[in-house]
Amino acid sequence: MRIKKKLQHVLLACSLLFATVCIGQAASYDYPISDPIEATIISTPEEAMAILPKKIRVKEYLTFDVFPDREVPEVFWYNEKLRYAVAYQKEKAPVIFMIAGTGAGYDSAKMKMMQRAFFQAGFHVVALSSPTHPNFIVSASSSGMPGDILSDSEDLYNVMEEMLERSKSKELIGDFYLTGYSLGGTQAAFVAKLDEERKVFNFKKVLMINPALNIYDSAVKLDKMLVDNVPGGMDHFNDFYTKLMANITESYVHGDFVDLSHDFFYSAYDAILTSQEEGKAVIGFSFRMSLANLLFTSDVMTKSGYIVPKNLELSSTDSLTDYNKVAFRGDGFGEYVANILYPAFKANEPGLSLREFVDRSSLRVIEDYLKKSNKIGLMTNVDDIILADGDVDYFKQVFGSRAKIYPRGGHCGNMAYKDNVAYMIDFFKIK
Amino acid sequence: MKIQKINAMTVLVLGLLLTFLSGCGAKQPAEQEAGMGIIPPTKPVSEYVQSDIVYPIDVYDPWEGFNRNMYVFNYYFDKYLFLPVVGGYAWIMPDYCEDRISGIFKNFGEIRNFMNNLLQLKFKATAVTTGRFLVNSTVGLLGMYDPASHWGMTRYKEDFGQTLGHYGVGAGPYLVLPIMGPSSLRDTTGLAVDAVVRSEVLDWALDDVDNKSNVRTAIDVMEAIDARHRVGFRYYQSGSPFEYDLVRMLFLEKRKMDIAK
Repeated sequence: MRIKKKLQHVLLACSLLFATVCIGQAASYDYPISDPIEATIISTPEEAMAILPKKIRVKEYLTFDVFPDREVPEVFWYNEKLRYAVAYQKEKAPVIFMIAGTGAGYDSAKMKMMQRAFFQAGFHVVALSSPTHPNFIVSASSSGMPGDILSDSEDLYNVMEEMLERSKSKELIGDFYLTGYSLGGTQAAFVAKLDEERKVFNFKKVLMINPALNIYDSAVKLDKMLVDNVPGGMDHFNDFYTKLMANITESYVHGDFVDLSHDFFYSAYDAILTSQEEGKAVIGFSFRMSLANLLFTSDVMTKSGYIVPKNLELSSTDSLTDYNKVAFRGDGFGEYVANILYPAFKANEPGLSLREFVDRSSLRVIEDYLKKSNKIGLMTNVDDIILADGDVDYFKQVFGSRAKIYPRGGHCGNMAYKDNVAYMIDFFKIK
Repeated sequence: MKIQKINAMTVLVLGLLLTFLSGCGAKQPAEQEAGMGIIPPTKPVSEYVQSDIVYPIDVYDPWEGFNRNMYVFNYYFDKYLFLPVVGGYAWIMPDYCEDRISGIFKNFGEIRNFMNNLLQLKFKATAVTTGRFLVNSTVGLLGMYDPASHWGMTRYKEDFGQTLGHYGVGAGPYLVLPIMGPSSLRDTTGLAVDAVVRSEVLDWALDDVDNKSNVRTAIDVMEAIDARHRVGFRYYQSGSPFEYDLVRMLFLEKRKMDIAK
């Protein structure tokens, strides 16, 4: 039995090595979708996906009480504990933590895809929701208002450290690795930086997948996608919304309704994108959906009194529909930062300008660290829609050969493509 | 005799439900804002929500308070009873057997599809459904296998709620049923009618069986487990504070589209 296992490992290693050589040689990249908007929405067609096991050994729906003493508002009773998932090996193995993108839960389609890939490659895989996900905000955010990347990374780090401390099978835990996509990719870099001081994990390698360079600028870009592309302008938003919902319903099956993240809204658009504008509006819309959750949740958690009266205690059965309407129809992330997040920081630092504040959540802040830290890699696309002109060049300059830049794929559209998955696994497997 | 008994039960349950529902509206944000001593927020609902337009997320839900309570109840029912049982079932059963069992219940459901296709005078669908049932019940071994689909016979899913909708009955108030989840008054009526028919057919089919009531209970329980097993949805799993609103909207939209087909 043992020998057979070993042989399997050797074979796997060989095939991975072989795969690397192939990628190294291949100048062509055959991810099939050339338009970045389409790529972002449709992601990878099934026949081009990496082949991954359908069923893996995974504990889903795990919960973790991060702040046992926290009094969670009654209206968020179901988010009292942090939810996460762990795919685990039966023998000692390295551990990889994964951080989800904006508004996404630990169980989003992209997270599940990566979970299968890393599990197959022999890792224990811990999937964490984004600090911007309502479940994380209520159960694990120390401030109740995500968006300041330093605080969010600390929250993530604390959660991971607690998990490790409370783990009942420490003898199976090997070295630590870290990854994340989109906002989670940006956060991974800051978490790695924090780890240099706190040294709990001593991450061997960290991979940032389609990160934002400056999360505020990326978010504003996504906000604008909705505002600029709703047919007839935002005054006609209701018409657009009705039509969009009809499309979503068309492909909606009760059972598919797992998370309300981008993957869910995009899933309706596999084949029926009629125009660039519509595509952009759909991306902006799904982003806005996450923001409505974020805005409402943070408003209640911080008692900011922005949408919900600050001295009103909502019960578990009060109607929230009207709050949804207000939260949904504002200016998105910019509005959240200007009215809830930034004022809270400005209260402590009176001279702080909005621009100074948001620039703290840019990778440029830790540029020196990123430059010299060989364990950190980056994977992104030339046409990633959350990046501005020059951002890709900046990445090349900072990361050098540690930056893997694909010619297309939009924002995270090519993550499940076979070459990309092979690259991710090689990155962590090859010393 | 039997029919009367079931009908009486259904009427009784519905009656009780309706009594329970009356006066079950949820507290609305605008009313709460106007409450004594409440500090108005920066963007109050009373100002930012226009009362003269219908928002896409607006749904006729006069029993919202009851419904939201039932939504919570279903979460707990799932968590402490339903899902553990379903989990046990999935653990014991090989996937292959699960699919065969699902097939049998799906095939049994063709009787409902047949009746409602016929009631809606959809003759082609009725004929195809009949064909499916005959093929799958025989060649497909009671529905364990689905050769009919391979031979191009599509499944036309219809229930009595859709039949009512087809003849112009509106959804009525939204209703979250215990255990079964999202529904509407119309669709609940439909469920009751379909259930009566199902029960009669089952009764007839099991006519010669000893221990009939035990066998029937076993079938009912199995069907419920199989149905839950096939649905990935979990209450509150999305974590979104607006999950109730979105599920409500998506469910009713979906029903509208099913009826329009």
